[in-house]
Amino acid sequence: MHQEYTVIEGDFTNAGTASSSVKKTLKQLGVAPQIVKRVVVALYEAEVNAIAHAYGGKVLVDIEADKIHMVVADKGPGIPDIAQAMQEGYSTARPEVRDMGFGAGMGLPNMQKNVDVLNVTSEVGVGTTVEMIVNFV
Amino acid sequence: MTLREIVETLNATVYLGQARLDEEVTTAFASDLMSDVLTLKDTPMLITGLCNVQTIRTCDMATLDIVVFVRNKKPTADMVELAEDNDMVLIATSYSMFKTCGLLFDAGIQPLY
Ligand SMILES: Nc1ncnc2c1ncn2[C@@H]1O[C@H](COP(=O)(O)OP(=O)(O)OP(=O)(O)O)[C@@H](O)[C@H]1O
Ligand SMILES: [Mg+2]
Repeated sequence: MHQEYTVIEGDFTNAGTASSSVKKTLKQLGVAPQIVKRVVVALYEAEVNAIAHAYGGKVLVDIEADKIHMVVADKGPGIPDIAQAMQEGYSTARPEVRDMGFGAGMGLPNMQKNVDVLNVTSEVGVGTTVEMIVNFV
Repeated sequence: MTLREIVETLNATVYLGQARLDEEVTTAFASDLMSDVLTLKDTPMLITGLCNVQTIRTCDMATLDIVVFVRNKKPTADMVELAEDNDMVLIATSYSMFKTCGLLFDAGIQPLY
């Protein structure tokens, strides 16, 4: 099953639209609640990043019998040093983002904890792509 | 402690979830940081001063469904509508975060860690 969502620049009120919808789909498919939580927490963190740190982008979701494959691809400034960005506590979030309750530098490490495969690729000045896989068993 | 007792203790207003007030609450977590909430493995009651749609979304993703808003923050109609879809309980008190946590801790609500 393939799903696509658009993430709009600066649109915080809609951050989580993709994750919410994926949550409903996985529940309907009977995926275990602990796994659903891991999937949607990771996807939500990636969605929020595409809004908070970039200019929006696309979320591509493929659900198979035994796993979910998610790609969040944004247009944005990119991440110059991915290893640094992956460290707990590292954040360049703007004050507006902090006002929304984000910007603790926990998102990427939290994605890493929740998914089975995480690939972050980024080109400075172009954008960032976060690919995640969670196995259902 | 039941939600009803929590509401009485905090002199709080119930914005959503009247029907669930007899449910027992055993643990709570207090934070204004949604980043922190998203790292929780358990599903405690959330005590927060962050009152916007993102609070509700974050709870949805983290599968938390009881929220106490402190410092006189009141959930908006948008928030209540979104929370309704997820059968959440929304409570608001004028007490500070510190006072709210102190009263509930005293009454036996447990921390996560
Ligand atoms: N999509 C992105 N585009 C550009 N920079 C990004 C992107 N995602 C993350 N970053 C950079 O990596 C840093 C760390 O990201 P991470 O998600 O871990 O923390 P945060 O978003 O700052 O805070 P939190 O996720 O705790 O709310 C960000 O502050 C930002 O500098
Ligand atoms: Mg983040």
